Amino acid sequence: MAARIWIFSVAVALFLSFSSGHDLQIVNAERRIDLSSHIVKAFLTLKVENIGKDPAADMLLAFTPTQIKHLSMVQAMAITGKKKKKTYLPLDVKPTEQPDAPNDTGYFLVSFATPLTPGETVTLEVLYILTHSLEPFPSEIAQSESQLVYYRDSAVILSPYHIKQQTTFFKTPSARVESFTSVDPANRAGKEIKYGPYEDRAPYSYAPVIVHFENNSPFAVVEELVREIEISHWGSLQITENYRLTHGGARHKGVFSRVDYQSRRSISGSSSFNALLAVLPPKVNSVYYRDNIGNISTSHLRTGFKKSELEFEPRYPLFGGWRATFIIGYRVPLEDYLFEAPDGRRYLNFTFGCPLVETIVNKLTIKVVLPEGSKDPSAVLPFTVNQDLQVKYSYLDIVGRTVVVLQKDNVVPTHNVPFQVYYTFKPIYMLAEPFMLVSAFFFVFVASLAYVHIDLNIVKK
Amino acid sequence: MAAKKASPDLVNSSFSFKSLKLKTKQQELLLRVSILGLVYVLAFIARLFSVLRYESMIHEFDPYFNYRTTLFLTEKGFYEFWNWFDSESWYPLGRIIGGTLYPGLMVTAALIYWTLRFLRFFVHIREVCVLTAPFFASNTTLVAYFFGKEIWDTGAGLVAAALIAICPGYISRSVAGSYDNEAVAIFALLLTFYLFVKAVKTGSLSWALGSAFGYFYMVSAWGGYVFIINLVPLYVLVLLITGRYSMRLYVAYNCMYILGMLLAMQIRFVGFQHVQSGEHMAAMGVFLLMQVFYFLDWVKHQLNDTKLFQTFLRITVTSAILVGGIALGVGTASGYISPWTGRFYSLLDPTYAKDHIPIIASVSEHQPTAWSSFMFDYHILLFLFPAGLYFCFKRLSDATIFIVMYGLTSLYFAGVMVRLILVATPAVCLISAIAVSATVKNLTSLLRTKQKVPQTGSTKGVGSSKSSSKVTLDQSQPFHKNGAIALLVGVFYLLSRYAIHCTWVTSEAYSSPSIVLAARGAHGNRIIFDDYREAYYWLRQNTPTDAKVMSWWDYGYQITAMGNRTVIVDNNTWNNTHIATVGRAMSSYEDEAYDIMRSLDVNYVLVVFGGVTGYSSDDINKFLWMVRIGGGVYPVIKEPDYLVNGEFRVDKGASPKMLNCLMYKLCYYRFGELVTEYGKPTGYDRARGVEIGNKDIKLEHLEEAYTTSNWIVRIYRVKPPTNRL
Repeated sequence: MAARIWIFSVAVALFLSFSSGHDLQIVNAERRIDLSSHIVKAFLTLKVENIGKDPAADMLLAFTPTQIKHLSMVQAMAITGKKKKKTYLPLDVKPTEQPDAPNDTGYFLVSFATPLTPGETVTLEVLYILTHSLEPFPSEIAQSESQLVYYRDSAVILSPYHIKQQTTFFKTPSARVESFTSVDPANRAGKEIKYGPYEDRAPYSYAPVIVHFENNSPFAVVEELVREIEISHWGSLQITENYRLTHGGARHKGVFSRVDYQSRRSISGSSSFNALLAVLPPKVNSVYYRDNIGNISTSHLRTGFKKSELEFEPRYPLFGGWRATFIIGYRVPLEDYLFEAPDGRRYLNFTFGCPLVETIVNKLTIKVVLPEGSKDPSAVLPFTVNQDLQVKYSYLDIVGRTVVVLQKDNVVPTHNVPFQVYYTFKPIYMLAEPFMLVSAFFFVFVASLAYVHIDLNIVKK
Repeated sequence: MAAKKASPDLVNSSFSFKSLKLKTKQQELLLRVSILGLVYVLAFIARLFSVLRYESMIHEFDPYFNYRTTLFLTEKGFYEFWNWFDSESWYPLGRIIGGTLYPGLMVTAALIYWTLRFLRFFVHIREVCVLTAPFFASNTTLVAYFFGKEIWDTGAGLVAAALIAICPGYISRSVAGSYDNEAVAIFALLLTFYLFVKAVKTGSLSWALGSAFGYFYMVSAWGGYVFIINLVPLYVLVLLITGRYSMRLYVAYNCMYILGMLLAMQIRFVGFQHVQSGEHMAAMGVFLLMQVFYFLDWVKHQLNDTKLFQTFLRITVTSAILVGGIALGVGTASGYISPWTGRFYSLLDPTYAKDHIPIIASVSEHQPTAWSSFMFDYHILLFLFPAGLYFCFKRLSDATIFIVMYGLTSLYFAGVMVRLILVATPAVCLISAIAVSATVKNLTSLLRTKQKVPQTGSTKGVGSSKSSSKVTLDQSQPFHKNGAIALLVGVFYLLSRYAIHCTWVTSEAYSSPSIVLAARGAHGNRIIFDDYREAYYWLRQNTPTDAKVMSWWDYGYQITAMGNRTVIVDNNTWNNTHIATVGRAMSSYEDEAYDIMRSLDVNYVLVVFGGVTGYSSDDINKFLWMVRIGGGVYPVIKEPDYLVNGEFRVDKGASPKMLNCLMYKLCYYRFGELVTEYGKPTGYDRARGVEIGNKDIKLEHLEEAYTTSNWIVRIYRVKPPTNRL
């Protein structure tokens, strides 16, 4: 393939003026892109040098509009120390807008721990995760075919800064690579494709490449996941998860043959999957797995001290484009997740994200159902989500329960981090429901007593 | 009497207990209420085997339709439900749901659901539906108690309640999850009968009114209401003939008939049938007869002249019969009164369905009952029933005549159709309860007198004539006493055997949901075949929402309820031609079938196949019925074409038409490559125990879309026509 290099020579001077006066350059950049599953993980190692006169407090990371759309998360860390004594310092990363961004480039702003003095260098490690970035080609495959996908990126790193030297590695799941765009020097060895090293690339250099390779890893995409966490102060946390799962890979076409599927498993339906793994909290109990039409009997639970694993199968194997909806529910003891804050408020500490391993969640909604009578709820999360409040009625509720709704799109397993929901609650409310039941029974007996003793006849017998 | 005797002793011995001690009547009440309470709970929990063993799910076929409609009712409200035109079934005809179902069950479940929600119990509608049948079974035990009390005494009532609570004949149709019309209908049936008997006994308008409403509920719940509307007039007729006519009967029947009829006509599915169809004519005839009787009675009272009255009687009766006959004749001839339906005929003549309506005969629950199933469902009741009849005849009253008639007629129908064992069950339980109760009562009174007589002898001495008669009894004491004890032990032994049998039958035979199949593996572990739901859920998730699925009508309700897809035919077998068309498609060659399927816009074909698992109620075993039903409308399909010397075979010796018809091809497509059992050749059909005859099946117009993990359900996609170039 002919290598075409598009150089965004769009007003380098302009860019220099807007980058908040910092004058940075990247001395050395290494990028490793992991394409082995359908979640694309890119690790960037950047050695940044301040070549300006003023100290620089932050730097920009640039992404193409397509990447911005599929970007699930960006993390950055500063590395200090050498080889063995490396220490990682997480840095603050947040999306930002830049005026005059060429070709709708999106930016993330990385703030250094300490401003970079002129002449100083720092090594950064950046991780960003892309979802839905592998395009199946051919887009429809038969049962016996394996799945081939395209991955589009640039051979050189898109950056607003001058990069002196850079290399990019693509790691494919198998050695079967149909083709890849050649941008000299580029070569492939086994599962790895190496682009570079390239020297002295101007800011906004871009060299589009396409890698066409085999990827039969399960493309499990949860289109929508609603997790409901119901807090009961009587001692348990009931979690109900509603999944709408689909196979996000190349669509299945033509016949599904059971004979082939069960007898020639190695070559038949290699891109399909029929088993899923959910990592649940330890001490989980009363686990169920069902769907709209009843219980599904194919699941195994392994409980452990650190985590429990639920291995389950949908009713049928999922081929490209097939869907399955199901519900997983479980209960965990309250004392592991509910704590009292120093200021007297209570807070729930629970894991965000989706318990299924290696899945993308297009739309995740977490509903934390607080006990009836709770007040002033507030949620604390390490990243931004849409928050909302609702009211839910459950057994014997009169005023309803406050529900904290947290909603986030494009969630990957890296989002499985703890979050907290704070609220105030008076324990006396716990007695409301038993009191209602007791009084109901009491009235029944009083009524029957009255009925037995009152003579309702009009005529005296 | 024993208690009365004991109380003075108590006064002497301990005074402090006197205040706590309940009076005999209170004791009896407490005992009765607690026994009834226990029976109520027992009836409920005995039906929960399937929930414990499988899950809280809807069973079988029809309950899925009921569940679907209930869901619709709770979601959209009653008005929408009443006017619901369902385009998802009977494509392209559709079905007017509101006008072709008995809404009683759905409305009942929805009311329970709404009540629970109002009381802040946020249950799922499925749970309500699953538990409706056990709940009504519990209520039935209460009605049985009151009924028994009415026709005999409280003892018989209690025994009847206990018997009916666990009688397999009733449990078979009312386990948790069997959400069918019969679940509430048996309650309604027994309630109507009870209230009517009560009305006849008291002559009270309010009981008759209650009975009319009970009848209304029954009409709204089940087509079996026809049994009531024929049995009640028959009963009245018998009372008239035996000279038991009274004002009480007149009030009870007229009120019940007129109000019941007006109420029943509010159900759209019944409507004017209630005055027009032949099945309801008996009730109307008896109603008119009652008026004539009353009129004659009045005239007799006025005339005071026997001879004149005789003449008058003759003229009136002749003209009444004449007018009635002419009216009936004209009505039938003009088509105003519809003739009896096939189902009704098949009840009167068990061989009728087999010759004329294959669609009724094809249903296994419409088969004549075997002796073994009587034994299975009734156990000792079968022997107690005649004994109970004896007691009934011995103490003949309006009420016992009713129960005798109910028992005899329903037992006849139970012999005609397996499923009607259900209708006979309450009667059999009640009559058996009379036998048990009367026997036990006689025996215990015998025992008691013996214990008491020596006492009375010692304290009072032989004085009155009463005691002298006891003394004469006493002379045969040793024999009587031992005999009575032996008999009592025998009765309790029988009853305990009954309880054990009922529990066993319920647990083994009647608590399987039939949608999930369970088998024992080689190591004794339980293997679950959940293929039906696998297939239905696959249809629901992975086919276009407007896809039309063709299958044999048995699976129609399940496909619409669980798969949420349009079907060509379903279990509401209202259009025989449509079913015959599907039967014809299944039994034709693929080319011909393709034309039929194209004309019906079929996208998917679903067949049930048990060759891999050895599941015997699959489509190949049902296939001859498809041929018969198809052949009944389309003479192109001939049953002998599929048989070899009158024998149905699928192996090499099968007829060529059989080996190449659509059903055969769809069931055995690529089955020839599979080894199902160790040591057997490929393509060995485990359900029929033969190697199949056609292993090289090529499909031209269809392609395999999905086959479940155990091959029980196979779904094929109908390919679009190829371009004609």
